Amino acid sequence: MKRRVFAYPYIVWMILFIAVPMLFIFYYAVNVGGTFTLTKLWSTLSDPAKWKVLWISVVMAFKTTVICLLLGYPIAYILSNMKRTVAGFISVLFFVPMWMNFVLRTYAWQAILEYFLPGLLGMEGTLTGTEGAVLMVLVYNFLPFMIMPLYNTLAKIDKSLIEASRDLGANGVKTFFRVILPLSVPGIVSGITMVFIPAITAFTVPALIGNGKYNLYGNEIELAFKTLSGQGDYAVGSTLSIILLLCVFVSTLIMNHFDKDQKQGGQMW
Amino acid sequence: MVKKAARSFKYVYLALMLFFLYIPILYLIVFSFNDFSTGRHISYANIGQWKGFTLKNYSTLFSGDAGKALLLTLEIGAVSSVVATVIGTAAAIGIYAMKKRTRNVILNISQLPMVNPDLVTGITFMMLFTFVNSLLVHLGMKQVGDVTKLLIAHISFSIPYVIFSVMPRLRQSSDLLYEAAMDLGCSPMKALFKAVIPDIMPGITSGFVMALTMSLDDFVVSYFVSDLKSVLSVYIYSSARGAKGVNPALATVIFIPLVVLLLAVNLRRLAKEREYEIQNKKVKLKDKGGNIQ
Amino acid sequence: MKKFLAIVLCTVMVFVLAACKGKDDEADYSFADGDQYDYIGGELNILNWGEYIDEELIKIFEEETGVSVKYVKMTSNEEMLIKLRSADCVYDLCFPSDYIIEQLIAADMLLPLDKEKIPNAKNIADRMIQFTEVFDPGNKYSLPYMWGTVGILYNTKMVTEPVDSWNILWNEEYAGKIWQYDSVRDAIAVSLLRLGYDINTRNADEVDKAKDELIKQIPLLKGLGTDNIRSSMINNKAALAVIYSGDAFACMDENEDLAYVVPKEGSNVWFDNVVIPKTAKNVEAAHAFINFINDANLATRNCEFIYYSTPNQGALDRLDPFFIESETFNPSDEILSRCSVFHDLGSFVEVFNNAWSEFKSAMGN
Repeated sequence: MKRRVFAYPYIVWMILFIAVPMLFIFYYAVNVGGTFTLTKLWSTLSDPAKWKVLWISVVMAFKTTVICLLLGYPIAYILSNMKRTVAGFISVLFFVPMWMNFVLRTYAWQAILEYFLPGLLGMEGTLTGTEGAVLMVLVYNFLPFMIMPLYNTLAKIDKSLIEASRDLGANGVKTFFRVILPLSVPGIVSGITMVFIPAITAFTVPALIGNGKYNLYGNEIELAFKTLSGQGDYAVGSTLSIILLLCVFVSTLIMNHFDKDQKQGGQMW
Repeated sequence: MVKKAARSFKYVYLALMLFFLYIPILYLIVFSFNDFSTGRHISYANIGQWKGFTLKNYSTLFSGDAGKALLLTLEIGAVSSVVATVIGTAAAIGIYAMKKRTRNVILNISQLPMVNPDLVTGITFMMLFTFVNSLLVHLGMKQVGDVTKLLIAHISFSIPYVIFSVMPRLRQSSDLLYEAAMDLGCSPMKALFKAVIPDIMPGITSGFVMALTMSLDDFVVSYFVSDLKSVLSVYIYSSARGAKGVNPALATVIFIPLVVLLLAVNLRRLAKEREYEIQNKKVKLKDKGGNIQ
Repeated sequence: MKKFLAIVLCTVMVFVLAACKGKDDEADYSFADGDQYDYIGGELNILNWGEYIDEELIKIFEEETGVSVKYVKMTSNEEMLIKLRSADCVYDLCFPSDYIIEQLIAADMLLPLDKEKIPNAKNIADRMIQFTEVFDPGNKYSLPYMWGTVGILYNTKMVTEPVDSWNILWNEEYAGKIWQYDSVRDAIAVSLLRLGYDINTRNADEVDKAKDELIKQIPLLKGLGTDNIRSSMINNKAALAVIYSGDAFACMDENEDLAYVVPKEGSNVWFDNVVIPKTAKNVEAAHAFINFINDANLATRNCEFIYYSTPNQGALDRLDPFFIESETFNPSDEILSRCSVFHDLGSFVEVFNNAWSEFKSAMGN
């Protein structure tokens, strides 16, 4: 029996519940009120404002990802050097806050930034409605998704390699950049995917923490679907999602190009 | 001396980051004991002022449908994350053995649920189920119910997280492991369970944790998929829109059972490990570096 | 370790036990208009806003009629429309807002109400019927459930000058302390009214001007908000906010420095009405429920719970002076004469949406 057989149940599932629903998106992008039309698709595609929002969102998501990586890598690294059971337990502890509902968490942050912290610091104003606040809560929401894959990869690195590098005269910094970092690339890639892509479309955080001042791509899609879909018009929202999908595929191609790790492959990007 | 400082710095950093993640939870737990009655009504909208200690938030908590919503959430979360972990792990192992081209196509499609905003996923699922249900009505069959719809949706958006946390682990694990086990006379299933799975177990566990997290946390998809039953997040979100706001005691109600479960499982594991370690020390000479890593 | 677990479990038990203690019933939930309910049975699926009914009422209704009620919460009119349009819609009762009802009627998605089965409809105040006729002629398909105005909530400690015009929301003195409402129709309506235009305008130039004014307002805004406006105002974190009267009323109950005004240029008066979708399965129970919530005494209890204004005259006669004497909760005819209802804009809504989208992207910079 070939190992790829194990993937067959998933492939069936994927076609039924991921690919088929996706087809609806493509269908509704060119179908308004039962008639085929490309006008909506085109007017959305040619609207520079939409592209600008996408750009702003990508920049925001990029910042979120970089901060998550910078904060998360040391955590994962420290954990990977601890006893395995303890480290496993602590890595789950980083996830536990996410079990308490997302809406409640965001409301709590809102209260903290709007009243609690300013009150504590004796400030007049509030901390909500700033880019810093939006970034912080985005990082907060995605950090565990960065730590987990990083920790998994780092924990798996053979410690004898590090010892060997030390024995051959490399110092700590050199060992890190020459041995540990390259070996942890799969985890970094996984982490980036789990943070960067969902971060582009996060819309509740900019609305609640940014006081609605930061209109990101997720908000744009939400607005398009909500205001128009009542009329049975899904075209604009669908087109916006398709743009996003295309961008992801393009970045996938680029990443595939850079990731020459052919044999060990299994890359998604 | 420097080493010691570096070591304590490590722990301080870990503690600080953990604290950062627990700030809003601690905040809500504290305020779940706050007296929210103002004037002649109760308004949870204002979680900014401490007005005195009370247990009232807990006594009024289940007067509505919160209890039902909590049970449904835990039910869906448990079933969907287990199913997603099984399908996702098998998928990762299978996909990994495929040719690069096929593999990339499948992995790219798998990314879709992660890329798509929840709202789009939710609406497309609603369209799909509406379509299926009207087909079933035509055929004179029973319609797909809320629980099934919720489970399908939750499993679908959780699987990619499992695949993408098992995959890096597989990349590090040796390709030869499976073949070696087969050469040694294992059946494919046995080779899988005895050689491959233990090696990628941490990836599977974290995939499971992520799947559970996604399921517990989701509200947009559940909102569109389910007609008559609400999971806790939908319940919370819709209450948040109302004039009264959300009772912060809901935070502890979902939080405490999960943490207790987690502690119970982990403390048992830690205890077992210690026993094992003590035994190991007795037979110290054996088994050093002999494991397949 | 086991001890620790035991302690944690005990704590949980205490909470659960505390939670099991039901709330004490002191309120009077008897019928003012007599017990008119026979056994009906079956199921009744209701789609309504969160915290928008006293759940005690549902329990009583279930006991009276043997109907098992499923109460599902919605978070926006648009989401509700999406659900109602889906072919396998399961709801028997719904509570959409005014212009959405107009849209639903136009799309032939509602069942005409059988007024004979709703004798308690007599309790609804005449001045309310006049308003709802605008979007549902003859109140054929709907009856008002809750209503209110849109206005300015302001902090009297921060705003000492008299507030009577939408203009104050463009006053630089309050820069960074003004909340605008995060909704297409409401925000653009504010700007239209300030310029002296109709909130239901079909003139693209007027919408364009209103949008330009909104863009000018951006540097002065604290932000766009919905529910978060309430706690911000209660905690004295903002000076002025566009808000619904019901929310304003609840805020003023918590912070006595707050005041609410419907500006002289006029405003929007909104209604959430109860309707029966055509797809309803238990029409009998749906009518019984509409009649039930319009019982004068039960409507009073419901109103005390929700805090929004009730259209039920019977309830108005029974409510505490605390409610009745408030201009916010119970505005005078003079105030109402300045207000108009939203109409469905048909395909012109696209002009509004584009303006809003432009305003939103101007905000990001």
